Amino acid sequence: MNPNEKWVAFYTILIKEIRRYLRIWPQTLLPPAITMTLYFVIFGTLIGSRIGEMGGFTYMQFVVPGLIMMSVVTNSYSNVVSSFFGAKFNNSVEELLVSPVPNVIILAGYVMGGVSRGLLVAIIVTCLSLFFADLEVKHFGLTVAIVLMTSVLFCMFGFINAVFANNFDDISIVPTFILTPLIYLGGVFYSLDLLSDFWAGVSALNPLVYVVNGFRYGVLGVSDVDVGFAFAMLALFNVVAFSFCMYLLNTGKRLRQ
Amino acid sequence: MTAALTISNLQKRYPNGVEALKGISLEVAEGDFFALLGPNGAGKSTTIGILFSLINKSGGSVQIFGVDIDENFPLAKKSIGIVPQEFNFNVFERVIDILVTQGGYYGLPAALSQQRAEKYLQKLGLWEKRFDRARELSGGMKRRLMIARALVHEPRLLILDEPTAGVDIEMRRSMWDFLREINVDGTTIILTTHYLEEAEMLCRNIAIIDHGLIVKNSSMRDLLQQLHTEVFMLDMATSLPPSIALTGYSCRRVDDHTLEVDVDKGQTVNQLFSLLSEQGLEVSSMRNKANRLEEMFVSLLGPAPLEAVDES
Repeated sequence: MNPNEKWVAFYTILIKEIRRYLRIWPQTLLPPAITMTLYFVIFGTLIGSRIGEMGGFTYMQFVVPGLIMMSVVTNSYSNVVSSFFGAKFNNSVEELLVSPVPNVIILAGYVMGGVSRGLLVAIIVTCLSLFFADLEVKHFGLTVAIVLMTSVLFCMFGFINAVFANNFDDISIVPTFILTPLIYLGGVFYSLDLLSDFWAGVSALNPLVYVVNGFRYGVLGVSDVDVGFAFAMLALFNVVAFSFCMYLLNTGKRLRQ
Repeated sequence: MTAALTISNLQKRYPNGVEALKGISLEVAEGDFFALLGPNGAGKSTTIGILFSLINKSGGSVQIFGVDIDENFPLAKKSIGIVPQEFNFNVFERVIDILVTQGGYYGLPAALSQQRAEKYLQKLGLWEKRFDRARELSGGMKRRLMIARALVHEPRLLILDEPTAGVDIEMRRSMWDFLREINVDGTTIILTTHYLEEAEMLCRNIAIIDHGLIVKNSSMRDLLQQLHTEVFMLDMATSLPPSIALTGYSCRRVDDHTLEVDVDKGQTVNQLFSLLSEQGLEVSSMRNKANRLEEMFVSLLGPAPLEAVDES
């Protein structure tokens, strides 16, 4: 395929993905808006007013960046895992596999579809958060970069999960038993300064700590971890995940016989 | 002229040790209407799967219009249109979107994909259903949708795996007419089917595969000429006498008005009619007891069900 044909193929996959999640918006866009509003009301307003300041900010201001990132992570992941596994389940993935679309374009199409949903949900949640807290983005470029890298990373994780999944249980196990605990223990609701040295050390192994703190630094200008290190870790995770996704596609593991 | 498809010593061994293809070689000329037949588990789905790129071959080579799939599969894929046996589209998508998306996968601009989608949906009688979700279509419509989808990028080689399975006879005949039409227009067609009548009516050349080997590869005419005996059913205008003697012919009385006669190679139907006339017997109609290709197929592979090859 020439570059123009590759662009058409990429754009086709992207539009198909966007059309899919917009068609089922009550399942894809509405739930994060409702869930995050409840988080803002309960953790930010009702409980947060009794907690007081954290990291030099009101508790509401402190949790908002983490909650936005939580939406980005879960929606990026679930978009790709459900879409790609759905395509595998109804065999429509064969439409792509038998076509001349290069593997990297297939991956890019699905990932950017997930990123677009992650960003759309991030915008919705950010707009809702403005009803509860004053937000002023300190480092705009870094904030956008962290959101994009996080979204791309979790889209690729979702892709890997979809490739290995055999049934719909398999695509809910990872979000339920791995992703959600990592998010909750990733410093969304508390500062790592509150933890003992042992638990702070354990938390350093959680990739979500870098995602949440990197984004919090971009928005509020404060972070529990070194931002440069967080950025480097995110970049490293992206390279490893991309390499593994391409390995799966190029070898046809779990996709071709 | 470059062959549309050249397969040389193609082999496939599955991880469980099953050898589905034991080195088959095949050539399909450009413009041909070619049948690939074989019993279940013979290896035809594996062969088709390798052409579809859904199965990785273990050995041998495949060239599509001179392009080796090991050297440039994406280029080779641009020349192929695929109609698989199982429905493999997203049933929640609209008919028109399925076709336009397929065009996009082959790098066609949206406007051209729309134009082609309209052309083929019109030809296959699905234009009125273009805004319906695929799940709302009948089985026959879904089959035609897969044919339309395979043609959006106007491939030079169309491969159809059991395209008329589960389709009623009227719909099947209209699909045959359409396939003949695109073949006349220059599209090479490879067909696998369980309806041997379909293969006999449509295809000019044929390969029969069994236990991972090509057991026959010839023109349809040559193959059918090898048939030693044809069995005809004769419907008589009047009741048959209790005993009938047709010198040189083996015959059986099915009921009062029906006679079953074996006509060997070298014997003529005219001669048979003469003998019947001599006895004052009038034939009102006549038909083959079984499809001729089916008889040939059975004589080559045997009537007993063959042990299925596990291709999983």
